[in-house]
Amino acid sequence: MSQRIEIKNHQREIHNFRLRLALCIGFVLLLMTALLARFLYLQVVRHDYFKTLAENNRISVIPIVPNRGLILDRNGVVMAHNYSAYTLEITPSKVFNLDATIEELSSLIDIQPKDRKRFRKLLAENRDFESLPIRNRLSDEEVAKFAAQRYRFPGVEVKARLFREYPYHEGTSHLIGYIGRITKKDSERLDEEELLANYRGSDYIGKAGIEQSYEQELHGLTGVEQIEVDAGGRGVRVLSSSSPQSGNNLILTLDAKLQQIAEQSFGNYRGALVAIDPRNGEVLAFVSKPGYDPNLFIDGIDQQSWDELNNSPDTPLNNRALRGQYPPGSTIKPFMALAGLHYNKRTAGYTISDPGYFNLPGSGHQYRDWKTGGHGSVDLFRSIVISCDTYYYGLSVDLGIDNMHAFLSQFGFGEKTGLDLDGEQPGLLPSQEWKQRRFKQKWYTGDTVSAGIGQGYTLVTPMQLAFATAVLANGGVAYRPHLVREVENVKSGERKPLVTEPAFTVKLNPDHFALVRSAMTAVTLPGGTASAAGAGAPYAIAGKTGTAQVVGIKQGAKYIESQVQERHRDHAWFIAFAPADNPSIALAVLAENGGHGGTIAAPIARKVMDYYLLGKVPTPPALPASGVAPVAPAAVTAPAEEETEND
Amino acid sequence: MTRRELWQRFSAHLDLVLLAGIGLLMLASLVTLYSAGEASWSRVFSQLGNIAVAFTLMWLVANMQLHYLMRAAVPIYVLGMLLLIGVALFGDISHGARRWLNIGVATIQPSELMKIAVPLMMAWYFDKYEASLSMKNFAIAALLLLLPVALIARQPDLGTAILIGASGFYVLFLAGLSWRVMLGMAITAAASAPFLWSMLHDYQRHRILMLLDPTKDALGKGYHTIQGMIAVGSGGVLGKGYLNGTQTHLDFLPERTTDFIFAVYSEEFGLIGNLVLLTLYLFVIARGFVITANAPTYFTRLLAGSITLTFFTYAFVNMGMVSGILPVVGVPLPLVSYGGTSMLTLLLGFGMLMSIHTHQKLMKT
Repeated sequence: MSQRIEIKNHQREIHNFRLRLALCIGFVLLLMTALLARFLYLQVVRHDYFKTLAENNRISVIPIVPNRGLILDRNGVVMAHNYSAYTLEITPSKVFNLDATIEELSSLIDIQPKDRKRFRKLLAENRDFESLPIRNRLSDEEVAKFAAQRYRFPGVEVKARLFREYPYHEGTSHLIGYIGRITKKDSERLDEEELLANYRGSDYIGKAGIEQSYEQELHGLTGVEQIEVDAGGRGVRVLSSSSPQSGNNLILTLDAKLQQIAEQSFGNYRGALVAIDPRNGEVLAFVSKPGYDPNLFIDGIDQQSWDELNNSPDTPLNNRALRGQYPPGSTIKPFMALAGLHYNKRTAGYTISDPGYFNLPGSGHQYRDWKTGGHGSVDLFRSIVISCDTYYYGLSVDLGIDNMHAFLSQFGFGEKTGLDLDGEQPGLLPSQEWKQRRFKQKWYTGDTVSAGIGQGYTLVTPMQLAFATAVLANGGVAYRPHLVREVENVKSGERKPLVTEPAFTVKLNPDHFALVRSAMTAVTLPGGTASAAGAGAPYAIAGKTGTAQVVGIKQGAKYIESQVQERHRDHAWFIAFAPADNPSIALAVLAENGGHGGTIAAPIARKVMDYYLLGKVPTPPALPASGVAPVAPAAVTAPAEEETEND
Repeated sequence: MTRRELWQRFSAHLDLVLLAGIGLLMLASLVTLYSAGEASWSRVFSQLGNIAVAFTLMWLVANMQLHYLMRAAVPIYVLGMLLLIGVALFGDISHGARRWLNIGVATIQPSELMKIAVPLMMAWYFDKYEASLSMKNFAIAALLLLLPVALIARQPDLGTAILIGASGFYVLFLAGLSWRVMLGMAITAAASAPFLWSMLHDYQRHRILMLLDPTKDALGKGYHTIQGMIAVGSGGVLGKGYLNGTQTHLDFLPERTTDFIFAVYSEEFGLIGNLVLLTLYLFVIARGFVITANAPTYFTRLLAGSITLTFFTYAFVNMGMVSGILPVVGVPLPLVSYGGTSMLTLLLGFGMLMSIHTHQKLMKT
């Protein structure tokens, strides 16, 4: 009985299944009929229409790549331009045997192993129906040679192309950046941003620096040319064209000559310099030493040059000005002094007696001043002039880290300045909350003491420090720092300025500001830590030296520059603005392993300011001779103090 | 062993009717590839290689006993799911999507494996609980389907997700999913459409919008659709003749050896050619249905039905996409488009169909 039910169920199940299968068959037939109807519609009803369209497709649509915008300095000096040259290009999909073809070509035209390697790299990065260069910058003779043999090389062509060139080479690498070939990754990104159609026919895209951050301004709009082609695809005549719209020119805030002087002033030192016009945020010079030649990157850098750059201990690919994060050292002191005045923890007349060290109550740990034996009686003015550490140890404890964080962050410490270049680092302005989050540890008063002289956790980029100096110089009114002053429409000549309004204003008491400014001015006068660099200047310079420790010094040990390995020597800082009473330039200089700020960094700043304010070009002997390793110049200069500053 | 015996041994588990249909479609593939590849043999030979590998696999599967197929269901599914999760966590990104997994020796695309694994697993599951099927079983089977589909849709690979979703749905439908539930699902789907729309990636939305008006972005996304429609339409009734397609040979058609190969075929062979192709597809599908109807067990019925219907779905979606009634989702034309992976998956499915058919015959005698 039960077996019969099972059989019956089984049959009913088969029956149900077949019913559903029949429905599926109906579904298939229905959709196939729909397809057939669609084919009838396209191929019979609208055949004439599509036939005409296909005929019109003999009108080939060819994109015309716009000229990339130029990059000019504030005076119209060209920093990136285009020139026309012939290239030998291969379309891999049209070539039967690629290796044999290249081999044959090399018997005709000089093709170096380096060209082949670069071509292999391009081949891996691009689709094989794209035309890829195997040799750039053919001579007229080479073009003629190839033209005569062209029939032997289907899929190989000589093309005239525009090339990008950066006349300042290493000098502007970190600033202008470079363009490079559009890789698969780039086109995927463009596709997502719905920009790919405008890049039809384009081979290059900005990869670094201004070339990258202003890509959309520089690229322009791609034009379209309709060409009637014969059955073989060769152009017969041009039917219509919409011309491309050239990319916009960029007028930088930079002064090329100033940039060059700043760059050369570093001699063999590594480091960075950022100079800003505090009245409007225009970046006047932007140096990161060493640089690299951006021209190498345009058509794919060869492996050897890449290895040299990438493996160099000098890290030339690192944009120190924007991405290098260093302790600010004593350059933080003017800002700390303002904080002390602002929170009523210090007055102009408040004086300490400096024994050469500082103790936290109930602790034996000595926070040493850079000067053994101390500076004696020190008030706020003198604390900046001689860079007294002890004064700021005490001040930082009185302020507390929360007040310090609140006050200093107003000047942009701990966050990106918003410069118009990609990849900026934010530096680090520590706080209780930050330490808890980062290390799951509570904040100790000892941390505050270190932070008070710009050591410990605090980190700044040269860009940030220059910005903070500019804000200070301008009495608290901050303009967003920017490298591009105007965008110029090539056709109409119309220029559009980018930054006109202040970004924010720090409320500074004018009396506090005047006091700190006068102290900073005294820094570059006899008795100050940068007196040598200020000597003979016909304008007043407000400055502050600083030193960023590279390696820590043990309690009780002493830092003696000549005994420390070169790369373990301290980094030298100098910040300044001038003329002190009506500043038109503010800058920050960092010289890596340059010892202390007064001897190495400050003279670089002086040269830059001399040119900017007086038009004075440094005479060649004044520049450190190239090719000579930097030597610690402790004995050469004689600062007012008998001991080199070492905070 | 005589030649005759050798042949019998070789063909014992091959369904020659099905094989004839498949063979003719492959022939159409090679003929079209020669034209689409600018009259060069390289793509043709390469496709022949793909066919040879896939055929060997099909033969092996066709010779497998049915219970081996059943036993393989769970391990293959679990492996596929692990690989999919691997892709989601460590996959390589290409064309903005995370689809490939680098396993050291090669990069693989686990979603391809799932095209077989999902219907196999679901058929196995229903077969296991055949005696007492309840709503709960359907819910679990749906989950077995939705997990991989969600992972693949997130990669994002909408085309493959839809196809696998369809192949699983066919199993649910054939297993007897109640009409009331399906109605409920249809209503829910309609209601949640706005929400799903917001889940789609921009480029997917763009493609769907482009379907409504491809002319809007003629240089960009609409280009594929427009050029495909022009190729098909301009072919007319008789076609432009072999190797004479202007769309094809003047470089207007994108992806003309892969997803858009139907445009090449249609331009050169016209409506007549399309009728031949549709007939060939219907022939293979009909044979699949015959095998399904005669399949011996619940498991084999569900599996065979799903494989056949999925094959149909591929063909329909691809031709619909090229002729402009479906969005461009990146689905190859089965057995005709150039490509080793899809050939392999398809013939794997046909191998199972053949195994189901020929082993059933043996059981009867």
